[in-house]
Amino acid sequence: MKLTSRSKVVSNKEQSFSESLYLPGIIKGMSITLSHLFKRRATVKYPDELRPMAGVYRGQHVLKRDDIGAERCTACGLCAVACPAEAITMESAERKKGEEGMYREEKYARIYEINMLRCIFCGLCEEACPKEAIFLTDKIVDTEYEREDFIYGKDKLVEKMTARIDVTKRQTKEVIEFKKLPGLKHNELFDGKSLNKGKKH
Amino acid sequence: MIAFLIYKTIICVCVFGLSLGVAAYSTWWERKFASFLQDRVGPDRAGPFGLLQPLADGGKMFFKEEIIPNVSNRFLFILGPSLFMITSLMTGAIIPWSKDVTIGGVVYPMQITDINIGILYLLGVASIGVYGIMIGGWASNNKFALLGAVRASSQMISYEIAMGISVIALIITTGGTLSLREIVAQQDAGLCNFVYQPLGFLIFFICALAETNRAPFDLAECESELVGGYHTEYSSMKLGLFLFAEYINMFVSSAIMAGFYFGGYNFPFAHEFYNAIGLAEGSWLISLIGFGCYFTKIFLFICLFMWVRWTLPRFRYDQLMNLGWKILLPLSLLNLAITVVVEYFRGNIHF
Ligand code: SF4
Ligand code: SF4
Repeated sequence: MKLTSRSKVVSNKEQSFSESLYLPGIIKGMSITLSHLFKRRATVKYPDELRPMAGVYRGQHVLKRDDIGAERCTACGLCAVACPAEAITMESAERKKGEEGMYREEKYARIYEINMLRCIFCGLCEEACPKEAIFLTDKIVDTEYEREDFIYGKDKLVEKMTARIDVTKRQTKEVIEFKKLPGLKHNELFDGKSLNKGKKH
Repeated sequence: MIAFLIYKTIICVCVFGLSLGVAAYSTWWERKFASFLQDRVGPDRAGPFGLLQPLADGGKMFFKEEIIPNVSNRFLFILGPSLFMITSLMTGAIIPWSKDVTIGGVVYPMQITDINIGILYLLGVASIGVYGIMIGGWASNNKFALLGAVRASSQMISYEIAMGISVIALIITTGGTLSLREIVAQQDAGLCNFVYQPLGFLIFFICALAETNRAPFDLAECESELVGGYHTEYSSMKLGLFLFAEYINMFVSSAIMAGFYFGGYNFPFAHEFYNAIGLAEGSWLISLIGFGCYFTKIFLFICLFMWVRWTLPRFRYDQLMNLGWKILLPLSLLNLAITVVVEYFRGNIHF
């Protein structure tokens, strides 16, 4: 089977006289390098110039908050189970009275850590999450000097209310429509006293 | 007398600064040119187009830790790079950079000194440069360094022979003068020496590549076999001197090739051009234009050196020696013979 159209049969024939002069070969090689002088540069000047990224690029994770700013994660641990690299650990705690604006569910993650050195950015955590809580974003994980600094806690993972992250590109239209259906727990909104069911469409 | 001293000092400092500056920016241009040949951008972070890169590199070299191995001979270890640097700077002394300038009736040649045995001086100083490498490599007390030094010196000595013979052929065509000033001045009107000595130029160029330890003849620092070659043990600015001196060597040999074979500061129809814009002989403007012309030629030669380096793979050591002794030496002798016959019939040689 031929794997490439550029393969050549190797032969051990003696050098011909013109080959042993080397000069034709040298001139040929030099003209090839010279022609590259006028070719387009392949370099992307990275920090100044960014390549377009796919909307579903799998970079650093974010723990989403809902519309009023409560954390969506309920510390169910499904992401950690799904994770093939065992990069996620968490510790759960019970929501106190009066914390409904901070945590959407009665149980929340007190500690939530992802080890970015273990993570292979497969996105399975995102897929496993029943609460629309964890998403991968197009942010590239920063470099650090110490290994410990790669263990990202909630301080780095939870979305800031001042800098919300749009993840709608990661969801197909069907999914977004489905998520709007009433009766789905994660569509309930907290209005200060109690949770309201999402509106019917 | 005082005026003479001042003039000599100025020109010495200028040539010194020029050599160092060109060497520094050759490192920058080498990296730029290499990256252009490889479809890359090259250094572009330090200053516009990365122009401050040589300064950054120099600064880095100075701040690196300076290591002198315990088992080395301390004096010779320091002498090696210094000698290499000094000899490569010394060769610049006899190059006629441009036409003479006449100020107030006094003629000031644009050359540090004109020796009537200039070519011999050049070959002599160039071969002393080998001592720098040899001493440095030997004093390191390291097998790789020693092997690198042995390779470098045997390579230089072998190629100097072919180089010398091709220079003899050149001297025959230029009427027996050994002074660089006269060789360049002779090409003022008429054709440049390359027309009479194309084969001689080719041999000289190949030997110059070998003499400056540039690819494809950089066996002395062949990483895959010898770590760093003769400068394996060197660090900090002493390493910098070795690398720097190599660039100065490249600059000087480009200058010599441009002067020997391509007319130096002369260019075709120079006199017509000067007459047309009304410049008198001895004006500093003519000198400046001549220098610009010379420098363009040197720059093209430096580019050629780099172009060769980033195209051709390194020779094997036995191939290198074969090329030097079995091909270049007979070829240069043949060139010499042809030159003698041709010059005899042109009536320039009398027996
Ligand atoms: S992206 Fe994959 S590897 Fe990384 S935390 Fe999520 S499931 Fe684990
Ligand atoms: S991120 Fe999602 S899957 Fe992981 S613990 Fe929180 S709610 Fe469960």
